[in-house]
Amino acid sequence: MALVIAALVLWALGWTLNARLANGPQAGLPLVQLAVPVIFGLTLIAMWELIVRGLSVPGVILPAPTVIAATFAAQAGTLWQDFVQTFVKGALSGFLIGCAAAFAVAILADRTEFLRRGILPVGNFMAALPIVGTAPILVMWFGFDWHSKAAVVVVMVFFPMLVNTVAGLADTGPMQRDLMRTYGASYLQTLVKLRLPAAMPFIFNGLKISTTLALIGAIVAEFFGSPIRGVGFRISTSVGQLALDMVWAEIVVAALAGTLFYGAVAALEKRVTFWHPSHRR
Amino acid sequence: MSDTAPIAAQGAGVGRSGRVALWARSLGGGLAPVLTVVAALVALWYLACIPMNASQSVLDASRAGIEVTPASPSDRRGMSGTALALQNPGVALSNAYVQDRPKLPAPHQVAAELWTGLAGAAPTSPRSLIYHGWVTLSATGLGFAIGTVMGILLAVGIVHSRVMDMSVMPWAIISQTIPIIAIAPMIIVVLYSVGIQGLVPKAIISAYLSFFPVVVGMVKGLRSPDAMQIDLLRTYGASRGEMFWKLRLPSSMPYLFASLKIGFAASLVGAIVGELPTGATAGLGARLLAGSYYGQTIQIWSALFAAAILAALSVGVIGALERGLLARMGMRR
Repeated sequence: MALVIAALVLWALGWTLNARLANGPQAGLPLVQLAVPVIFGLTLIAMWELIVRGLSVPGVILPAPTVIAATFAAQAGTLWQDFVQTFVKGALSGFLIGCAAAFAVAILADRTEFLRRGILPVGNFMAALPIVGTAPILVMWFGFDWHSKAAVVVVMVFFPMLVNTVAGLADTGPMQRDLMRTYGASYLQTLVKLRLPAAMPFIFNGLKISTTLALIGAIVAEFFGSPIRGVGFRISTSVGQLALDMVWAEIVVAALAGTLFYGAVAALEKRVTFWHPSHRR
Repeated sequence: MSDTAPIAAQGAGVGRSGRVALWARSLGGGLAPVLTVVAALVALWYLACIPMNASQSVLDASRAGIEVTPASPSDRRGMSGTALALQNPGVALSNAYVQDRPKLPAPHQVAAELWTGLAGAAPTSPRSLIYHGWVTLSATGLGFAIGTVMGILLAVGIVHSRVMDMSVMPWAIISQTIPIIAIAPMIIVVLYSVGIQGLVPKAIISAYLSFFPVVVGMVKGLRSPDAMQIDLLRTYGASRGEMFWKLRLPSSMPYLFASLKIGFAASLVGAIVGELPTGATAGLGARLLAGSYYGQTIQIWSALFAAAILAALSVGVIGALERGLLARMGMRR
């Protein structure tokens, strides 16, 4: 019981500290802006640890963070193997193929107004559907290994990417296009020098949406059948064995992979679309 | 818009009435391209059935005693579907759309199965897709409602408290980049071990998935009034509560509906995935899993389309609500 009270005291302390920092004169500093969420997160994790130990919650319901960290360290080899199988082989290859395919289709469709008008509503509709349900079909077609996971990811990222690219290519004003015409620019020159750069914010929006979808697709597809490695496979089998510390360790892997993947695409976006108002300081 | 069509409308003077001409023109701009793309997709699907199902088609034909080009099955094993279909065009074509467990069922086979599922069985029987759809939809709806209410409450807190904004908001944004769905099997099993099963665990997953999009969208929406509007209300001497009810909440509505659509789609995926580890008893996810266990491809496709119809209808309902509400508020664009 003492540990639970300690958790509550810790919560009050952390919150008071954050309130001081956030309402204090230094609230605008980048260091404080980073410190406040970090303190909040650390307080939550410490409370989790104290409450699990204080109420002696069984490990099959909620393992303590230290137990999860110990499992993470002890099973690092397995986790790395799962990461490579799910992220590098499944999600990343599917992401690249799907985004490239959507980009190519968007460029082709963009040449005729008629196709563009047809593809936008259909693509928007498809992007709202639970496409992850195609996983059992694609696992049946492409087998249990990473090929089927990549195929699920391709189907999942295709439509959001297509819609964003088509919308982005239409995002130039008539004045800009007229200017290109007065320069006597060909279709290809207009595309490369005006319309593709103007479409970049939209394209990156599609890419950022796709990073999360790619991981979801790769993990859920493994629930439908997988070789004996992979994040989704390990989660579903460890849940069956009630080895929840392993499940949480895999969730940490998935969360890290998702955040870093998104962060990498966002960093690339910042370099490519530095001219866009949302990136100006 | 005036009641009569302008006489200068294209085609207005050539036999058809102006209104018909306008209608025909709007068709060319709106529906026709969509229908063309859909028709092209269906045609592509029919075409793809031939090579996809070719090996089974040829096998069936050779068992029925018809001459097929590589006569021995071992020669056929390594061949691609396209090559088989090209060497046995007649057999591949005639058998592609009539198989019981095709690799790729044809659209009409899926439509027929969907129709039997929707209309062929009583809505309460486990053979009915309406029954499974309802199981999934009730979990989705309950979770979506919980997630939305919690999300709005947290967003209100974030907008009004600087501490909450600085501590919680970065985590809410980061959580958007994480495949949260990975915890679905664990929630199901853990709640099962403490005796909770059925609707509630799936609803919790759905709530969790729709929660963060609503928080992020709603914070954006509640902050959307610009400084001039806020200053105006201040000069009126409006309290914080009045500012919230009369300015912030109304102007957040477009943002709320945009994130509700995203949140519902996420909730539905959550409920479907939540049905996977329960041992495939009821729900569209269970139909998908059972179909993949027993190789019933037509059943998988029909469950998939039922889920798609469910998603489309629900997002359509949210869209209609949005249009109605925004029109009443005079915010219709």
